[in-house]
Amino acid sequence: MGNVPTTVKHCLSYEQLIEDYPWLRHWLQEEKNITGHEYPEFVKIVEVGPRDGLQNEKEIVPTGVKIQLIDMLSGTGLSVIEATSFVSSKWVPQMADHTDVLRGIQRAPHVRYPVLTPNLQGFQDAVAAGATEVAVFGSASETFSKKNINCSIDESMLRFEEVINTAKERQIPVRGYVSCALGCPHEGDIKPSTVAKVAKRLYEMGCYEISLADTIGVGTPGSMLKMLQGVKKEVPINALAVHCHDTYGQALPNILTALQMGVCVVDSAVAGLGGCPYAQGSSGNVSTEDVLYMLHGMGIETGVNLPKVIEAGYFICNALCRNTNSKVAQAKSRTL
Amino acid sequence: RTAAGVNAGHTLPDKVKIVEVGPRDGLQNEKTIVPTEAKINLIDMLSESGLPVIEATSFVSPKWVPQMADQVEVMKGISRKPGVSYPVLTPNLKGFQAAVKAGAAEVAIFGAASELFSKKNINCSVDESLQRFDEVMKAAKEAGVPVRGYVSCVVGCPYEGKVAPEKVAHVAKRLYSMGCYEISLGDTIGVGTPGSITAMLEAVSKEVPVSALAVHCHDTYGQALANILVALQMGISVIDSSVAGLGGCPYAQGASGNVATEDVVYMLHGLGIQTGVDLSKLMDAGAFICRTLNRKTSSKVAQATCKL
Repeated sequence: MGNVPTTVKHCLSYEQLIEDYPWLRHWLQEEKNITGHEYPEFVKIVEVGPRDGLQNEKEIVPTGVKIQLIDMLSGTGLSVIEATSFVSSKWVPQMADHTDVLRGIQRAPHVRYPVLTPNLQGFQDAVAAGATEVAVFGSASETFSKKNINCSIDESMLRFEEVINTAKERQIPVRGYVSCALGCPHEGDIKPSTVAKVAKRLYEMGCYEISLADTIGVGTPGSMLKMLQGVKKEVPINALAVHCHDTYGQALPNILTALQMGVCVVDSAVAGLGGCPYAQGSSGNVSTEDVLYMLHGMGIETGVNLPKVIEAGYFICNALCRNTNSKVAQAKSRTL
Repeated sequence: RTAAGVNAGHTLPDKVKIVEVGPRDGLQNEKTIVPTEAKINLIDMLSESGLPVIEATSFVSPKWVPQMADQVEVMKGISRKPGVSYPVLTPNLKGFQAAVKAGAAEVAIFGAASELFSKKNINCSVDESLQRFDEVMKAAKEAGVPVRGYVSCVVGCPYEGKVAPEKVAHVAKRLYSMGCYEISLGDTIGVGTPGSITAMLEAVSKEVPVSALAVHCHDTYGQALANILVALQMGISVIDSSVAGLGGCPYAQGASGNVATEDVVYMLHGLGIQTGVDLSKLMDAGAFICRTLNRKTSSKVAQATCKL
């Protein structure tokens, strides 16, 4: 890699680092104990770039490009890649090609490809197109629920119950999302107990995992801590994930806080795809590359190859004619 | 301590002192030469925002750092707010003398934890640089001028790669024993993560009291705020940052450098930690300097806020 500094080279490939210096594994584990924090040994990354990311990009991406992106991501070691959304194309034109995408991707073994299904109709379409895992989206804010999906939280739960019950019959796992977990663009602050209530409902209905989303990125380690303290009273910590937005630059410290509390599933989007619909031009999803850099630097395993994710990021940014939001990708491209 | 001050089992400081390095470290790494008036205006706006320490300029030869050529005019032109410090960089005795003559009441010196970086950056070994600073320290003591010490490359070096925590501790200890009242530990190329930052702070805090330590994190790999958080959890209560995230990284062209003060303040306030800073006035200062430089802010808080 020419003049790329040694530290950077190693940070780009945790696997390479361990291969070169096997004694380092022990040293890195010592690092973990130094703070007195127990961090998870392994973190599962849920890659939401192809769905959440692209959904919030203005440019409509051709189906072939979406498929290629997902196929590239499938080769990086990621174990979960949210592929598309079976929502009406009237509402989300970017996802109009959901069936073609799901049918067109090459499914790697050991990788799961969940899709969003807002209602029973969407669920049935998803299954017909070959989906083997789905996700439903609840909200911790009544106003957001009404404005986003045109019904109250309770009404949305009834809809999801239909989906979850039908999914159970078909043995299709369902992941639940709770949006506005740390703040709502309309209501402002959201009580941790409210988030806990919605998370509990989804979990008890049968969602195997609940992803707590800081939809507008206003959370800080302070509010993340309080929210997780509230939610983990109702849902076991190992069934929780965090979905942090980087709109205010807080995503990585928020994720760090979640890890310190025992969360070991993190959602992120390659190249930080997807802006924030509530703050025009601002960033949205946290970049997978930046999350991986942090986790690997802490000695936490993810199974993911960072340079390959960076490549996938460059590919989709070229296709979108935009710059990457990932600082790691930016720095790497400048040191070559 | 309030409940908000407890983060995942660790008590956080009630108060954090922000050392604003935008006018010096920030502007020094910006390509566009900023007119003296604009520099003065920036510093005055920052003074109004409640920041307790604002690094004003650098008494280094204009041959090396043209951006800081107007050091004397800046120093003389700013309106000094009572209670606010305006330290300046002084790489050697000559710079120190010029600084004091221009009215400086606090200075800073820069050491490195990496031998190669020291040689390439200031053309001498780490030990030689510390000897140079000895002169400055003596003169400063006589003049009653406090000195802040910086250690660069505390986690990684663009030439040497990984830097041993013990080496950082050694340099920090030297600077502290020489008389620096505070040691700012700089992740010069931003490669640090909560793992390496923690290991480094553990080693340094064995040699220098935590209350005399500060962190100067670069955001080149997006890790700055996470690194600052672990530093706070280890008892650090002084954070360096740069308004609007001014100052790129000279080792990764076009990549970002300093962490943005606005983003740091947003996190600290969200944690219930007091800083004395008025975020909206700070953002005004950031908006002003970005207009002057004709560049976009690197602060995410500023980007998000102006779009609402």
